[in-house]
Amino acid sequence: MSSPAKAMRSRIGEIVGAANFTDDPAQLARYAVDGVQPSAAVRPGAANEVAELVKLAVAEKLAVIPMGERTKLNIGMPPARYDLAIDMTRLDRVISYDPGDLTLSVEAGIPLAKLAATLAEHKQFLPLEVPFHERATIGGTLASGVDSPLRQMYGTARDFVLGMEFVTGDGALAKSGGRVVKNVSGYDLHKLMLGAIGSLGVMTRINFKTFPLPAELRGWLAGFTRAEDAFAFAQTIRKSPLAPRTLEIFDMPAAAILDAQIPVGRTEWNVAISAAGNGRVLERIAGDLQNLSRNANAAAFHALDSSAVASLLTANREFPALTANKFTDCVIAKITTLATQMAETVQLLKSIAAERGLPCAVLARGVGVIYFALLLTERDATTMERVTQCAREIVSVAGKNNRGMILRSPLELKREMSVWGAPREDFPLMQRVKQAFDPHGIFAPGRFVGGL
Amino acid sequence: MVFERLNYSSTNMDRHLLSELERFLGKDAVLSRPEDLLLYEYDGSVEIARPQCIVFPRAAGDVVRIVGLANRYKTPIVGRGAGTGLSGGALAREGGIIVSFARMNQILEIDAENQRAVVQPGVVNSDLNAAAASAGLHFAPDPSSQKACTIGGNVSENAGGPHTLAYGVTTNHILGLEMVMPTGELVRIGGKAVDAPGYDLCGLFVGSEGTLALVTEITVRLTRLPEAVKTLLAIYDRVDGATETVVEITGRGITPAACEMLDGWTLRAVEAWVHAGFPLDSAAVLLIEVDGLREAVEQHAKEISEVCKTHGAREVRVARDAAERDLLWKGRKNAFGAVGRLSPTYYVQDGVIPRTKLPQTLKEIDRIGKENGFEIGNIFHAGDGNLHPIILFDARDPKQFERAVSTADAIIRFCIEMGGAITGEHGVGMEKDRLMPLLFTEADLALMRRVRDAFNPAGLLNPGKIFPTGKGCGEVRIRPMPQRGEGNSAPATGRDFA
Ligand SMILES: Cc1cc2nc3c(=O)[nH]c(=O)nc-3n(C[C@H](O)[C@H](O)[C@H](O)COP(=O)(O)OP(=O)(O)OC[C@H]3O[C@@H](n4cnc5c(N)ncnc54)[C@H](O)[C@@H]3O)c2cc1C
Repeated sequence: MSSPAKAMRSRIGEIVGAANFTDDPAQLARYAVDGVQPSAAVRPGAANEVAELVKLAVAEKLAVIPMGERTKLNIGMPPARYDLAIDMTRLDRVISYDPGDLTLSVEAGIPLAKLAATLAEHKQFLPLEVPFHERATIGGTLASGVDSPLRQMYGTARDFVLGMEFVTGDGALAKSGGRVVKNVSGYDLHKLMLGAIGSLGVMTRINFKTFPLPAELRGWLAGFTRAEDAFAFAQTIRKSPLAPRTLEIFDMPAAAILDAQIPVGRTEWNVAISAAGNGRVLERIAGDLQNLSRNANAAAFHALDSSAVASLLTANREFPALTANKFTDCVIAKITTLATQMAETVQLLKSIAAERGLPCAVLARGVGVIYFALLLTERDATTMERVTQCAREIVSVAGKNNRGMILRSPLELKREMSVWGAPREDFPLMQRVKQAFDPHGIFAPGRFVGGL
Repeated sequence: MVFERLNYSSTNMDRHLLSELERFLGKDAVLSRPEDLLLYEYDGSVEIARPQCIVFPRAAGDVVRIVGLANRYKTPIVGRGAGTGLSGGALAREGGIIVSFARMNQILEIDAENQRAVVQPGVVNSDLNAAAASAGLHFAPDPSSQKACTIGGNVSENAGGPHTLAYGVTTNHILGLEMVMPTGELVRIGGKAVDAPGYDLCGLFVGSEGTLALVTEITVRLTRLPEAVKTLLAIYDRVDGATETVVEITGRGITPAACEMLDGWTLRAVEAWVHAGFPLDSAAVLLIEVDGLREAVEQHAKEISEVCKTHGAREVRVARDAAERDLLWKGRKNAFGAVGRLSPTYYVQDGVIPRTKLPQTLKEIDRIGKENGFEIGNIFHAGDGNLHPIILFDARDPKQFERAVSTADAIIRFCIEMGGAITGEHGVGMEKDRLMPLLFTEADLALMRRVRDAFNPAGLLNPGKIFPTGKGCGEVRIRPMPQRGEGNSAPATGRDFA
């Protein structure tokens, strides 16, 4: 890729100011995506600057990747083309916050941590406990579509994003939704931006519904020797009236990864539950869970205090990051299935890994999401061959309701297969969406499902 | 509604198209006699537009063929559930074929273990709920029209209801759709499991008001019925007391399952018909429900009654049993019927505001009503700031209709000023297309149009909806009284707002 011409460089300088532009290769290294380095990076300070940059990119046929703190840029396929990084971290303001209405409007580059601090002043929060929480921005979080253990109670971003402003592939600043908690005015275009890894546009402003911080939290950890029993226990909890805040199931290797953060001993399989409420509610839940665990053949059952609950939540949220710290070449797949098929799907996944002699770990959410990690510390050619075969089977794991993708992997794997799995049957509809938002194909070409 | 002598004009529908439709659907599945068409020129709104025929598919395959024919004959098609919509969504604004899903009304599966159901679009909301109840589950969106409206209609409008305050609106409960695209393909999006990688197409199609696809099957999330429920009726001598209560409940972070308000005028109308036990001399009541674990319900009910009392509730009654609770809800859910007894025609508005703005907004609605010579009743989903002012007017007087519309517009403008939106749950349809520029810029609308055209390229599916027809930005026109007749596209002429 040729570096932007001089004229163009000065034009970019005019838009964002020279201090917010770089084409110095040393500085550009940190903007690399899957080993592809852009020829320039810019840090716009306002939505209209983003729009101007996109217009320029269209005119100059530059491929653009928008990003926040770059903690989740390795999700997806390597870019087919990549010229310009749009670093959104200067757009980090709270635009409006109406605590009494529990609604909030922020710029897309605001760090989750800063946001959490603002909300905490009013005893509120956003249920987005996602990996790299300390650094991640809200825009990157939404674009990457990563989920949070708190979805058990609060759902995912699609359930609490109220509206959005974004720049589309023709450089237009557009919006959908609004800032009220209920709204059906126009199409919900913002839902398309969630999990689209920047392939449709650059988010500039996001409106949320916020939530009151619970007064009191308690947690419990039940241990099982058999996967079936652990998942059956989780299922009885889902069917009970107890409405837990989180419900996570993990095996022993996963427990070892969550290690430092896990406060009590462990068994082959663990079910971690947390709940919010007043003292009487929590007493009731504790009693019911104890009974349920007994009926479910639990080998162990411990109560956790609120600080243990907090550290367990942090550990669960950071599972991909913690895994990658210990096993630098790990592959982490995300498989979704039905609650009733989780045990069987997990067994199947484990047997796929075992057949190839690859060590693995499982962390699952009660709503039917399974994180399945192959714990690798090397990536020589023969290992990678086994890993690739294994990963292929993992993303297409049997069961008509299952969906699979590879969330994280060494680059070598991406050369062999699509991390998104086989295209969905509605792929032609997705192509039409892409065409409507990004007619010139300038956003992150090649990274998303089916090369979108 | 209005009854007048009709001049039965013969329909222009291509005879060949009609006979082709009859041939493959059967004669009993196609209606085209003028007296039949008349029944389908209305929905629950104040709009009118006459189709040229109504067809009743029994399966997705029928819908594919209907769409194929419509394309061949370049005839508009409009999906229709129960026709309870309040924005003219199911009307054939430009004439054509109405595809009624009344005969696609099977519940295909209730998967209690996974808390999912798969239904055909014509299933009535309360029928699904009755079927789910035996497994201890419910489909949470509960529009007040739930005894009539269909899941297909709920999906298309992204319907809400009293209990969507805590549980979320329709879009939060839809996981998969099977659809016939306006170009004729049968496609599936989403499914029983969550988070399929790729664009959230369900998120786009839910709430698209039948302008992007015809929905032929729906996979929904079912929710556990709560263990305990308490229903409170807080009675106020001042409207402000009620609205301030809602502000404080919200601000404290208490989320009741439902929080509905009826003002004095509305509750008197309701009481005269339903005898729900609303006190006739009060200025407003709040109908608040809390549910969940027994222990939590006790606490929340106590906290909420205290807030009500602090804001001058003269009494907070708690329904003693299911019968009392049902009666209170009957009063709420039959309110429009009760209003219908007072006036032959009324206009139900649907605006949204931030909850913190409730007190001043209700005052302003009252002021706007007085200024225009209307008494406006309010019965609405107070907990989520979703207003439903009801304006009574006499449809025989076109001047009154126009004034009712301009009064409603003034209310919507105020909602927008407060940071709100033009519709919270009833949809834009053909009622508020002209108001869209108040909320959205040309760029916003251009993108939405591009998305519509991406799926509905010839514009045959539900034309004349959502998008303003007039040119020019921020220009809003007063619509003339809808007239009977075929494909009434109500040309936008008249007074401009500044
Ligand atoms: C008394 C009363 C109370 C109401 N209360 C509420 C309330 O509390 N909350 C609320 O949200 N609404 C309420 N409504 C409005 C209305 O009931 C809802 O919008 C409902 O979802 C419409 O369902 P329906 O089956 O009647 O759809 P219709 O009115 O028949 O159609 C609505 C829209 O859906 C489209 N459509 C229908 N089926 C399909 C399909 N299979 N494929 C594609 N498009 C389709 C139509 O083209 C149209 O655009 C109320 C209405 C009345 C009359």
